[in-house]
Amino acid sequence: MAYSDKVIEHYENPRNVGTFKTEAEVDASEVGTGLVGAPACGDVMRLEIRVKDGLIADAKFKTFGCGSAIASSSLATEMIKGMTLDQAAQIKNTQIVEELNLPPVKIHCSVLAEDAIKAAIEDYKKKRAAGAAPGSPRESVSKPAAAGSSQESGR
Amino acid sequence: MAVQAQSPNPMQQKSIAIPVPEGVKLPIFMDNHSTTAVDLRVVQAMLPFFTQHYGNAASRNHSFGWTAEAAVDNARAQVAALLGGDAKEIVWTSGATEANNLAIKGAASFLRKQGNHIITVETEHKSVLDTCKRLQREGFEVTYLTPAKDGLVSPEQVTAAMTDKTILVTIMLANNEIGVIQPIEAIGAAIKARNPKTLFHTDAVQGFGKIAFDVEKARVDLASVTAHKLYGPKGIGALWVRRKPRVRIDPLIDGGGHERGMRSGTLPVPLIAGFGKAAELARQEMDEEQYRLATLRDRLYRGLTTRLTETYVNGSLEHRLPGNLNISFAFVEGESLLMALKDVAVSSGSACTSASLEPSYVLRALGVGDELAHTSIRFGIGRFNTEAEIDYVVELVVASVERLRTLSPLWEMHQEGIDIASIQWTPH
Repeated sequence: MAYSDKVIEHYENPRNVGTFKTEAEVDASEVGTGLVGAPACGDVMRLEIRVKDGLIADAKFKTFGCGSAIASSSLATEMIKGMTLDQAAQIKNTQIVEELNLPPVKIHCSVLAEDAIKAAIEDYKKKRAAGAAPGSPRESVSKPAAAGSSQESGR
Repeated sequence: MAVQAQSPNPMQQKSIAIPVPEGVKLPIFMDNHSTTAVDLRVVQAMLPFFTQHYGNAASRNHSFGWTAEAAVDNARAQVAALLGGDAKEIVWTSGATEANNLAIKGAASFLRKQGNHIITVETEHKSVLDTCKRLQREGFEVTYLTPAKDGLVSPEQVTAAMTDKTILVTIMLANNEIGVIQPIEAIGAAIKARNPKTLFHTDAVQGFGKIAFDVEKARVDLASVTAHKLYGPKGIGALWVRRKPRVRIDPLIDGGGHERGMRSGTLPVPLIAGFGKAAELARQEMDEEQYRLATLRDRLYRGLTTRLTETYVNGSLEHRLPGNLNISFAFVEGESLLMALKDVAVSSGSACTSASLEPSYVLRALGVGDELAHTSIRFGIGRFNTEAEIDYVVELVVASVERLRTLSPLWEMHQEGIDIASIQWTPH
């Protein structure tokens, strides 16, 4: 079975690839990061959301995975921009499956993307609750878990 | 080591088009371990047997039958010559899967009273492994040897596993995924020294016609081969069955007693004529072709490993088929790379490319971690590949890996000096 056109399109013209870590004007307190999957499974997605005034102002992703995984996470960043956190948390993997015409064997890629969105939202909420005030020192969001950072994705 | 600030939206560029050199036609086929194009000379050899000499080779009483029979016998001699055996030792089958089934089940069934133990290797083709699993369900004991990290099995390993109940050892000549060539001659000698009554079968599919292989030197009793890996047609293979001393196996298929009772069914004369021709061509051209393919493969290997870091070859580079390169590009998943190489046909050991969502069991048996298995690509260079194609593929692979690495969070972490193995992953 050939790759779906939409999946290929996301590879050829990916949207929102990257990280907020390198954008100087973005404050760490505005960002939530979801890191889901595992290298041993062949699927790792990192989704970052930038939240301003309760809305997801911007989103970025990087993915280690098959074409469908890349497309699912790329599409996820497009979908959530402009949404509130509650709206984004409602996104179902089936919407991604439909938009990308994913075959049954690739449905799990869309599930991982849904997990990534939720993980990013939860990470953002945890940081707010922990009282990371605007203007506090930048934290690197990618230290290993052993260092006690907010790396684990929520379930 | 922080990630360098990126220039404005480089990721928003369209993927870079690599110019196609003069004389290179897309798509390029570089997956010659999965199958091969039929050589035009083989097609020519097959054509007369469709509409001119279309008799049944078993028709003993008219010229249509005699002509067909002569063509079949000629092909027997051609295939046998490439094996170093006798024409009368060839049993035609529908392919190597059937030949492996016939060899293993046929031997097990015939020798049941002699013993019930079979030895094979974890890296064998599924047609061998699944056949062994079925025999286990029927009460046979099977030992699956684990190869060393380079993919090789030693004669000592084999004889250490042998018991007085071992009736069959089956070990492939060369592996379809990693191209590694087993020391079949040494293994054969060791088996026969330990117990001359234990049969030795080899799945010779990937090595037949590509590297030197002689059934006498290898001390094998049974050998499976197929045409479609050798620029011949799909749908025809053979099981070579030793006659001196005579090896007996039970047939799988009954009905008329063709092929000395071992494989009934009307022979597909055009396919057989093609197989014979393919074997003859291989025998004539093997030395020159081995050298040519190894040169192309080495050019591909050098091109990739000098331009990219974090690449890992899977399996021994020394004991390897001349046209094979199985290489992992860390931090880039295999299926996404296959999609990026859209006009080049190769394959991958990634789970995402298999129907079962399991990564390559061959790589696993070598101790290659799942992460590297998911990033592995198999190149199979063949008779019709050219140097210009290799150069184009190098450019395309390098550009695609670099691009996919910019999309990969693991590559970013690696560049920052983070030990990926230390992270608490949460697989779903």
